[in-house]
Amino acid sequence: MKELSVNHLLGIKYINKNDIDLIFETADHFKEVINRPIKKVPSLRDITIANIFFENSTRTKLSFELAQKRLSADVISFSAAQSSVKKGETLIDTVNNILSMKVDMVVMRHANPGAAHFLSQNVKASIVNAGDGAHEHPTQALLDSYSIREKLGDVAGKKVVIVGDILHSRVALSNIYALQMQGAEVKVCGPKTLIPKYIESLGVKVEPNLRKALEWCDVANMLRVQNERMDVNYFPSTREYAQQYGVDKALLESLNKEIVIMHPGPINRGVEITSEVADSGQSVILNQVENGVAIRMAVIYLLASKIQ
Amino acid sequence: MTQKVLLNSKEVNIILHRLACQLIEKHLDFKDTILIGIQPRGTFLANRLKELLEKEYQTPEIKLGYLDITFFRDDFRRTEKPLEANKTNINFIVENKKVIFIDDVLYTGRSIRAALTAIQSFGRPSEIELLVLIDRRFSRNLPIQPDYRGRQVDAINNEKVKVSWKENDGEDAVYLVTN
Repeated sequence: MKELSVNHLLGIKYINKNDIDLIFETADHFKEVINRPIKKVPSLRDITIANIFFENSTRTKLSFELAQKRLSADVISFSAAQSSVKKGETLIDTVNNILSMKVDMVVMRHANPGAAHFLSQNVKASIVNAGDGAHEHPTQALLDSYSIREKLGDVAGKKVVIVGDILHSRVALSNIYALQMQGAEVKVCGPKTLIPKYIESLGVKVEPNLRKALEWCDVANMLRVQNERMDVNYFPSTREYAQQYGVDKALLESLNKEIVIMHPGPINRGVEITSEVADSGQSVILNQVENGVAIRMAVIYLLASKIQ
Repeated sequence: MTQKVLLNSKEVNIILHRLACQLIEKHLDFKDTILIGIQPRGTFLANRLKELLEKEYQTPEIKLGYLDITFFRDDFRRTEKPLEANKTNINFIVENKKVIFIDDVLYTGRSIRAALTAIQSFGRPSEIELLVLIDRRFSRNLPIQPDYRGRQVDAINNEKVKVSWKENDGEDAVYLVTN
């Protein structure tokens, strides 16, 4: 019988290929469930989950909440903006207060890298990392790989280029780990200022030219420029960025093959991709969102089955 | 471990024919009736019955689905081994249909309890019946009884009833296994 090798999902770095396979198999079942007339199963009736978001989120938070509700878990959610964190409470205190209300699992997003890991060592609950600073965003990477598997049959042997703001992106790091673990080849592409200095030590090649990167790849994962994390100017202007690293229809059509376009959202239309590309048949952006719910159901279900 | 033959291939075959006839007696042309095999082991019996009904008893186009009950079980986090899901395959709505659950062994009744909840995701059937090949009577935890049964078996709790199917295990037979 199969179960996850971990009690928390803190990052792709901490899990293995078998875990990913198990999550995908379980997600296949949940994808069938969420396409039923009644999209709900009672598995997690006796589990309570707290969603703690210290950073803004729409998609991830809704997706997690929906996944939990589809599994019949009890859910409490809070955003830091309305909480006592503003009054100076520490992270451990906040979470321990929530846990004394008998919560079994915590889904947390935090601006500091390592926050989820820190929490997992200091509180008694199963922790799911929903993004910690520029470190990891494991469920996003899982749903990205799952969408590639769905579209192209397999992740192994595929060529994936991650384009854009790699420096500030937790999606990029988790994706690199996940894709390499499954046997895909990964390149990154973006302005030199937004590529981390030691990225090649992860076994990732840097391709500064967007056209060459797209001609090489099977899948292009387009990242958003994270203006909110930028303390200085990393490129001259948004217009110049869009000209050099934005994908439009003309560019896609001039390639000698059809590639899959992905985007973790939210999209800045006209910057990293144009509307035409985002809404085209080559884009799997909305499939990613649907798969996100199935993947998060699988992760929560598998982690919950390990709670004593 | 010792194992005793409860039913051999010939006996299984006779029982399948009898069950098929009992179904026809009640459901005639199966116009509003749907067979649902309970995953994982009820699907073999369901496939067999469908094949028999269609080939030997000229009742064409019987609707058949598979229902997985893993996420509806009441022993999540209570068993030693993690539960493993199987595929649900129901491509129709069961609203106002007569549903027949088909499983190989009826033991505690808890799988059927879960199936009764699970089927609600596909609509509200007008009625639900239960067909089992082996009914382990006296071991029920819940007030659930079959409408069609192949054979009643008295087995104590440390005994296990094992049903083998030609297409999966190489032979049609039912064994009583004692550890």
